[in-house]
Order: sequence, then structure tokens, then C-alpha cells
Amino acid sequence: MCFTNSPEEQKDQQINMKQLLVFIRKEFYHVFRDRKTLLILFGLPVVQILLFGFALSNEVKNIGIAFQDNAQDIRSSQLINKIKTSSYFKVQPAIVNYGDIEQRFKSGSISCAVLIPNGFAADLYTKEGAQIQLIADASDPNTATIVSNYLNNIIQDYQQELNPNQKLTYQIVPQMRLLYNEEQNGSLNFIPGVISLVFMIVSTALTSVAIVREKELGTMEILLVSPFKPLLVLVAKAIPFLLLSLLNFIIILLLSVFLLDVEIRGSLLLIFAESILFIITCLALGLLISNVTNSQQTAMLISMMGLMLPTLLLTGFMFPLDSMPKIFQIISHILPSRYYYDIIKATMLKGLGFSYVWKETLILAGMAVLLLFIAMKKFKIRLS
Amino acid sequence: MRVLGFILQKEFRQIFRDKMILAMMFVIPIIQLIIMPLAANLEIKNVNVGYVDMDHSSYSRQLMHKIASSGYFQLVGQPNSAKEGLKLIEDGVADIVLEIPPGFEKNLIREKKQDVNVLLDAINSTKSSLGGSYLMAVLSDFNRDLDVQVKVPVLTNMGVRAQIHVTGSNWYNPRAEYKNYMVPGILVLLLTMIGGFITAINIVKEKEIGTIEQINVTPIKKWEFILGKLFPFWIVGMIVFTVGMIAMYVVYGIFPQGNIALLYLFAAVYLIALLGLGLLISTMANNQLQAMFIAYFFMMIFMLMSGFFTSTDSMPDWARTFSKMNPVTHFIRVVRLIVLKGSGFEHVKIELLYQVGFAILLNALAIFNYRKTS
Repeated sequence: MCFTNSPEEQKDQQINMKQLLVFIRKEFYHVFRDRKTLLILFGLPVVQILLFGFALSNEVKNIGIAFQDNAQDIRSSQLINKIKTSSYFKVQPAIVNYGDIEQRFKSGSISCAVLIPNGFAADLYTKEGAQIQLIADASDPNTATIVSNYLNNIIQDYQQELNPNQKLTYQIVPQMRLLYNEEQNGSLNFIPGVISLVFMIVSTALTSVAIVREKELGTMEILLVSPFKPLLVLVAKAIPFLLLSLLNFIIILLLSVFLLDVEIRGSLLLIFAESILFIITCLALGLLISNVTNSQQTAMLISMMGLMLPTLLLTGFMFPLDSMPKIFQIISHILPSRYYYDIIKATMLKGLGFSYVWKETLILAGMAVLLLFIAMKKFKIRLS
Repeated sequence: MRVLGFILQKEFRQIFRDKMILAMMFVIPIIQLIIMPLAANLEIKNVNVGYVDMDHSSYSRQLMHKIASSGYFQLVGQPNSAKEGLKLIEDGVADIVLEIPPGFEKNLIREKKQDVNVLLDAINSTKSSLGGSYLMAVLSDFNRDLDVQVKVPVLTNMGVRAQIHVTGSNWYNPRAEYKNYMVPGILVLLLTMIGGFITAINIVKEKEIGTIEQINVTPIKKWEFILGKLFPFWIVGMIVFTVGMIAMYVVYGIFPQGNIALLYLFAAVYLIALLGLGLLISTMANNQLQAMFIAYFFMMIFMLMSGFFTSTDSMPDWARTFSKMNPVTHFIRVVRLIVLKGSGFEHVKIELLYQVGFAILLNALAIFNYRKTS
């Protein structure tokens, strides 16, 4: 073994390099020839960003509400008007009787009913006070809770208006400061999620299926008997997907900044470096899947069900991790996307530096190395 | 008819030979039904709070206990300086940091008024606004407590105060459990996957391997081929639906409040619509990879826009119109109505019209497209 390369070895390396470039070019042709997949590849992140940014929100608005005003006095109509003017509700025709409520709930036209009993105005100033009954359709518990809160606040407000002289002596006044997101931009939280999903699709699902496809069609055998080094076949396959992922990433960033008004606070260099690390992890996963499966359907199933679903559910961008059972919180620690989510949140959205995310970066890098190692180990030069 | 019988026989054999499909039929529905409702929980249970107490007085300690015992908050740290408090948010340990300035108690007694700084991590805007309003509630409670401690005698003029008592009740789901809402949605997700995904991929597989050419040159008619492809998956879908319903009952104890036959009627029509979509996707794709991506693209949009996770009512108008044109929206709505509220046929008859419409439209499109490509 000598440490300086002899001229022959250098020549070998040059040939290898040239071969690799030729192969990468071939893989690019494969990718670009398939216009439909390409269209979806770039359409998907755009559509996701648009939907999450403009159509979906956890806010609750336009709630169907109906009243049964048995009092028909000035106070009850004041209160009802106060509720009607709130932008949260869409007022439906009044309720005629108790059975009507159930019919309305069952046809789904209202989510909440407000019942004001006889003698509302008269009862207001008695010792017992006036009564109001709220009935919420809790088959959608989220909406039910929020509606009850809205209504309770409005009723409280109204009560306060009736009692102008009741002021508390002591006041602790909270000065709220919204960090990182003064405008309460609801799109902020899901952007890291959309990014990781897209990486998972391009780098893991697409890569694994593309490789298994060559196995299924039999062209893999031809590649393997060629003088080209088998490991480089994999490298050449992975590189176009790496570039596609990066291109997608840039598109998402541009859309977020110019369309959704997201402010990128951290250093772009760091964000890109971390993203490349995550893409490599995803690619390693894709290679691993392709090396242990023999059919496209299995590869799809593993990457879609086994990886996408956990990414969607257990990363924390859609549903809060804190509210999940302990076991899921533990499982979430083995998902690379979880760390990437933390990293992107800290660097891109909070503007923190590397010193805040070195731990996550280290874990992610460790995962990438481990996955690549296993993928290489499992890579069989001979088919079946 | 005899030909159709043979095709069906072939398809059933192929399906049941394939372990993947079998896994899809029995394992995945159960896994999804168990995992997703537990994970997909929009309820925000605990907001993590850091409490920076720079006063160390009896009032500031009382306030801390009040926050910790309110049930909304989890006290995650009591740093000594504002800087360390900010670090808790930067590290993602705390969602809210409350800073009690020095002289808090003294000022409160003397000036009757005291500002406190509240830092909120607003990246997750739902969580921050909820946490903020919880904190406001606890603070005003605290103010009221102080009031009562100090001026009990002054409060005797209570008689003239207007009072409104609100009694609330939650129908159909008294304990407001989120999983009751999610589980019926997942049933829909299962059928959607079978109809959209598996059908498309299965048909495209024949294209890719080339066996579709062989079928095309036989005297098998187009409709026989399509029916032969779709019918077995319709059966598979209905089996999955049944498995899902059983899992729903066994795991979560949710039993449909309404008529089960009505539920099956809707599932049957919905599956026909979705099989049409699967067929349509298969006509657009040349290989399984494309089919998977096209199917994924549609499924993703359909699921996101269906009201599965977020309510369709709160969408902007254009999005709501779009979601009305989505078969998944209607089916999720119906399944939730029938399973949770026991709605009858008279409540959901319009939805049935929608489903029949989708079934006809999607299948017509698919068959039209199918002729053109082959």
C-alpha cells in the first residue's frame, strides 16, 4: 500500500470520474423524460404551500348557530344582536322547539344552539341571575370547545356592559410580546413540515421506487455487469434526486417569502447546509428501502405508509407532540424529520445560530451515516 | 357474462395471491385506526410556562402556584433572569415566559396596578393565542382573588348586579373527545386509499408489464375488462370498511348511532366514485411510479380539503366551493353524521345525490379517457 497515487491510479480515478458523470447524465435523462412525474414533483409543493397558506387553518369561523328566544324582551334581543355581529358565526333561522335542535344537528346545518328562557330581562337583577343554555354539537369537539369559549366571552362582555361600575381594584396587566411572529402568521408552523414532506417524497419515495424499478425491469442486471463500480451506480442514481430536492427547497422558500410573507431570520448558508444533511438522510433511507425490496409496490408501501405517515403525524408540525401519548413521543425520536423540524424552526424561523442546533445536527448526521452504512451493507451486487 | 366471470376469477386470484394487498386489507386499517386517532390530536393539553420571579414575594409565589395548579400550564422552569427566560423559549422548552419584575407586590399594593411581561413563542400561532388567553384568565382570576382578600365588606352592593349564568352542554360527545371525531374520518381515509391508490397502481402494473396488450388483443370487451378490474377492488374496499368498523368498535367502543345499512349504502356508492378516480388516474399514467405520484397528488389535496383535519366552514369562499366539489368532503361529512349523531336518510339524502353524481362523473371521465389511450 502506498499513500501517493501512482500515475496509473490517477488515470483510473479520472476514468471513474468520467464514468460517474456519464451515469449521472443518464439518470438525469430518466428523470427529465418523465414529464408527468416532474410536473407533480414541482406542482405538489406549490399546491401544498398554497393550501396550507390560504385555505387551511385551525381557526374556527362561519359557525352555524341558531337561537331560541323564549323571552323576546329587550335584553335578550340585545344579547342576540351582540352575538350576531360577531364574525365567527353564521346565524341560521330561529329554533321553533326543542326537537328542532336535534333535527338541525343531525342535518349538520348548525353546530351550536342558544336557548334563552322566559323572563330573561326580569331575572337579570335577581339574586339567582338569568339563565342561558348553550348546546354545542360536540361530535366535532374542537369546534364545540372554541364556540363555547367565544359565546361565554360575548356573554361575559354583555354582563360587564350591564354593570359599568364593577371594576376590579387590582390590576395585573400582562404586556404580551409575540416572539418570532408578531403578525400571527399561521403559515409559519407548517412550512418546515411541508419541506420535510417534500424531501421525503423526492428523496426517499422517488429514489427507492426508481431503483427498484430498474430491478423489476431487469435493467439493473445490465448495469451491474458493466465495468462501472456497483456502488457508483447508486451514487449516480441519488445525485439527480438530491438536486431536485434542493430545487424544490428553493421554490418552497421563495413561495414562503413572497407569497406567505414568511421572514427568514437565520443564515441562509446554515439553513441550506442543514437541509442538504437532511436530504442525504432521506436519500440514505431511500437507498436502504430499495436494497431490501424487490417490487415497486412494496417500496411505495414502505415509503408512503412506513415513512410519510409517521412524518406527517409525529413530527409536530400538524399536531402538537406534547398532547400525544408518551409512546409516540418516544417513537418520534427515531424519526429524522423530527430533528430537521426542530432545526429549521430554530434556524429559519427563530433566527438562532448553529450553537443552538448542534445537538440535533449531530443526531441527524449520525443517522445519515448509519443509514448509508446499512444501505451499503445490504446492497447486493448479484440479484437473487 | 361468462367472460366477465373468468376475468373476475383471474383478478381475485391475483389480488389474494399478493401479500401486499392482503396486508393493506387487514393490517393497515387496524394500524391506522389505532395510531392516527391517538396522534392526530388538535387538543392543546399543556402549554409549557417558564416563570421568572424577580420579586420573590408572597404574591409572586401565590401567582406561580395559581398558574401551576390551573390545569392549563406545565411549569417547566423558574430561571432568575429575563435572559435565561428567553433561552427557555429559544430552546423550545417553554411556550410562554412570564416575567415578574422586582417590586411586584409592593407596587401592586401601593399603585393597585402592575405590568408584567409575557413572552410568547408565536411560531405555532394556535398554541400561543390559546396560551395567552389561558394566562389572561388566570391573571384576572388572581386579580379577583386579591380583591376578595382585601375588600370583602365593600362587596355588599352585589344585589343590583346583573348576572347571567351560562349552562353548557355537549351533545353527541359529552366529554368532547377528539378521537370520536377522528376515527370515522379514518374509515373514509381507508376507503379512499383502496379506491384511489391501489386500483390505479394495479391497472398501471398491467400496462407496465405489458400484459394489458395481451388482454387488448383478446375478444374481451372494454367494459368487461374495466368491470373485471373494478369489481374485485369494490369487494376489497367493502371488506376493509367492515374491518375498519369492527376495529372502531373494538378499539374505541364507537358504534354507529345511525342505520348501518345506510352507512353501507353510502360506502358502496362512494367506492364506485373513487374506483372511477383510480381508473382515471391509471389512464393518465404510463408506469407505477407516475400512478403513485398522480394518485398521491390528488389524495393529498382531497384529504386536506375535505375537512378531515380542519373544518371546511372556516375556509375562505373559494376554498369552500372547491371543497364542495370533492367527493371525500361529502363522504366524511356523512360518515360523521351517521356514526356520531345517528342522522337518518332524510338528513343526508342530498349527500347521496352528490355521491351518485361523483360516481357517474368520475367513471364516465375514466371510461372516456380509457378509450382514447388504448
